[in-house]
Amino acid sequence: MSNTDLKNDSTAAGGLVNPADNKFTGWLSNVLADLGKNGIFIALIAVVVLFAFLTDGILLRPQNISNLVVQNGYILVLAIGMVMVIIAGHIDLSVGSVAAFIGAVSGVFAVQWGLPWWLAIILSLIIGALVGAWQGFWIAFVGIPAFIVTLAGMLIFRGLALVVLGNANIGSFPTEYRALGNGFLSGIFGEADIDVFTLVIGAIAIVALVVQQLRTRAGRLKYGQEVEPLVWLVAKLVLISAVIAFFAYSLASYKGVPVTLIVLAILVLAYGVVMNRTVFGRHIYAIGGNRHAAELSGIKTRRVDFWLFVNMGFLAALAGLIFTARLNLAGPKAGDGFELEAISAAFIGGAAVQGGVGTIGGAIIGGLIIGVLNNGMSIMGIGIEWQQAVKGLVLLLAVAFDVYNKRRTGN
Amino acid sequence: MNILEMRGITKTFPGVKALSNVNLAVARGEVHAICGENGAGKSTLMKVLSGVYPHGSYDGAIVFEGEEVAFKNLRDSEAKGIVIIHQELALSPYLSIAENIFLNNERRNALGLIDWNHTNFEAAKLLERVGLRDNPTTKINQIGVGKQQLVEIAKALSKEVKLLILDEPTAALNDEDSAHLLDLILQLKAQGITSIIISHKLNEIKKIADTVTVIRDGKTIETIAKDDVTEDRIIKDMVGRDLEHRYPDHEPNIGEELLRVEHWTAHHPQDPSRVVVDDVSITVRAGEIVGIAGLMGAGRTEFAMSLFGHSYGSRISGKVFMRGKEIKTRTVSEAIANGLAYATEDRKTYGLNLIEDIKRNISMASLKKLEKAGLVDDNEEYKVANDFRRDMNIKAPNVLAKTGKLSGGNQQKVVLSKWIYSDPDVLILDEPTRGIDVGAKYEIYTIINRLAAQGKGIIVISSELPELLGISDRVYALSEGRITGELPIEQATPESVLKLMTMEKAR
Repeated sequence: MSNTDLKNDSTAAGGLVNPADNKFTGWLSNVLADLGKNGIFIALIAVVVLFAFLTDGILLRPQNISNLVVQNGYILVLAIGMVMVIIAGHIDLSVGSVAAFIGAVSGVFAVQWGLPWWLAIILSLIIGALVGAWQGFWIAFVGIPAFIVTLAGMLIFRGLALVVLGNANIGSFPTEYRALGNGFLSGIFGEADIDVFTLVIGAIAIVALVVQQLRTRAGRLKYGQEVEPLVWLVAKLVLISAVIAFFAYSLASYKGVPVTLIVLAILVLAYGVVMNRTVFGRHIYAIGGNRHAAELSGIKTRRVDFWLFVNMGFLAALAGLIFTARLNLAGPKAGDGFELEAISAAFIGGAAVQGGVGTIGGAIIGGLIIGVLNNGMSIMGIGIEWQQAVKGLVLLLAVAFDVYNKRRTGN
Repeated sequence: MNILEMRGITKTFPGVKALSNVNLAVARGEVHAICGENGAGKSTLMKVLSGVYPHGSYDGAIVFEGEEVAFKNLRDSEAKGIVIIHQELALSPYLSIAENIFLNNERRNALGLIDWNHTNFEAAKLLERVGLRDNPTTKINQIGVGKQQLVEIAKALSKEVKLLILDEPTAALNDEDSAHLLDLILQLKAQGITSIIISHKLNEIKKIADTVTVIRDGKTIETIAKDDVTEDRIIKDMVGRDLEHRYPDHEPNIGEELLRVEHWTAHHPQDPSRVVVDDVSITVRAGEIVGIAGLMGAGRTEFAMSLFGHSYGSRISGKVFMRGKEIKTRTVSEAIANGLAYATEDRKTYGLNLIEDIKRNISMASLKKLEKAGLVDDNEEYKVANDFRRDMNIKAPNVLAKTGKLSGGNQQKVVLSKWIYSDPDVLILDEPTRGIDVGAKYEIYTIINRLAAQGKGIIVISSELPELLGISDRVYALSEGRITGELPIEQATPESVLKLMTMEKAR
């Protein structure tokens, strides 16, 4: 007789207590549950408010807001790929080295060979995907743990970056290439003190968000699904819209919309759809949640693993390009420590170490929290040594909070 | 004089009485066999005895060598000389034989450091006693299961064992190793070591046991002395219970042949010389519920999993036909596409994504069906899941509940929903009611009947013989990887099936 089964059964038998026993506690527990779900977003706001206060408002000045995006763009790009890898139960330690390698390669294409900027970018991205395919091959088809393969990759591609650079920096890059990291879109609707184009983009973003949320809600209602109270949704939308509006206003009063932000917005939307609405994305969650069950449900786990790493290589290449473009220089130290920031972003954003749990949005917010910490502490004149220590603590506390929260709710 | 007396042992798990007033008396120097069906309570009784379930978590008294004992854990019982060897061996694969023997009991020198010479020397002496000639420094993963079993016994001897408990010791062994092990038990008996052996291989029991105690439904049925032991008597004791009203009525409406498997053979994945599924041929017709009976280790799950996308085994051969047309089932997705489904015996490890909700578990094997223009239709998925929740009576507030929080019965309904949604022709249900309560079992049987009535072919694998006979239209018996017989339900009595299940290869 299997006693573990019995025990589990008995605990589950009384389980599924519906918290909505009476109306008020029901409402309250809904709010609390929602706060839990959006806890990371609230944490970001708290960090922003804290540093706005500590830096006497410098943090929220238009120029600094713009810098925040541009300085963290490449980490956020990496965080998107990283959270997908982590959801599937893997890890990628090589992204910093791959970013450096691709930066160097793109320097050869765009500067030394003088290829057109767009061709240099496309070739670099393809090489990034090939690097990912190389690592994916060892992980998915040979069965070597991703930790080992990408640790090796970290050394291999750092080494190859140095080989390609030949002990020198490569610069300077064509203007169009540099726009990827430094460019702004503005003035399309005419020049003014405040950029109208940026404001329009912000307005479109708010409208799109509201329409999308309301449509989702209507769809759910049509199919008889439970939805959150309308008041709560409206409150949430007002809050997020206010954040977007402030953000757009800040960018508009500086130089406009950074190209990096546009790239990032496209990635977040596209990968959000991939993870939530495509079969591929669902398979990633299924594999991370229970690899055996996924296999026995007919999911081709190896194929999914392989393409995950191809994708990670592609995004690492893109991050390398953005970083190189921003510095206008491909150097040997590029990408140093990027992997750690991307991994931290994913975990602060709620990804689970065991896999199966995590969101693109969470990883982005996790990355922003790290970015605000970096930026805020720099403004305050705190040295790099303390910055490191604080970031480490934040990572530890974020995951500890997550673990505690799960234990409390019995997940 | 009795070395051990267990008096009035009662052990309850929340909601289930696993043992009810069990009495067991073991005489010094005998080999005492305990028989019972899977789930009868044999292993629970041994866990009570060895302190895995500590004193206080059960009622009743244990008297060992004339004094009442109260073990708090395994160490306590081992200190008194009671050693249990579990079905799943507890050896560390990358350590040597000697290291395993003295694990947590290391031979140390005056400085407290491990004395390797002494360790290996003593290990060699112990190995000689169990008739194993391997070098004590050989790694465990370098020797076969039969030899590993002997290492376990050597380990027990190193602890100066007085009462040795072997839980299904020959379940994973081949004939030669089994024979050797049984001889060894008799040799140890000659050296004065008392043994309790849990087994349901009746001819083994007849060969070595001095006394047999039969347990059924957590109760002692009777204790039989060697001279009175007959296979028929043991089988009757093991089975005899009320079989009525536990299974819903089922009027079979059997149609054309759906699945035919011919000469299916699979070898052990790590040890390709061992045949685990041996030339199995079966058929399943539309609307038919086919039971596969077999003891633990008979190869039932291995057969099903090797058939379903080669998910188990190596060197697999044989042919599969669906509606007369040969199909391939080399990968799980191929098997699904060709109309097969397999609901695992181990929901938690192989069946469900426990951190995910009901909805996504149900859609997991059939996401392609929900795809519209490259995107999964969320709302349709919700509707499908909700329909299943209603039809299958899955008790959860909504389909967004995590499956890890459901009870066993409701989890099983989610697994079944997943496979029904994949719309197979033939469903293989491996232990569909394991670990779920009686009420939910009845519901599962009803679902199985409904599927058969819809014209699907059903294969049910179950260790519970009454259940198998209660729901099947036809039964195959599997023993040591081979089909040992096929009976229409009218001819299948517990006795006749158990006889086929325990049939062994001619020695």
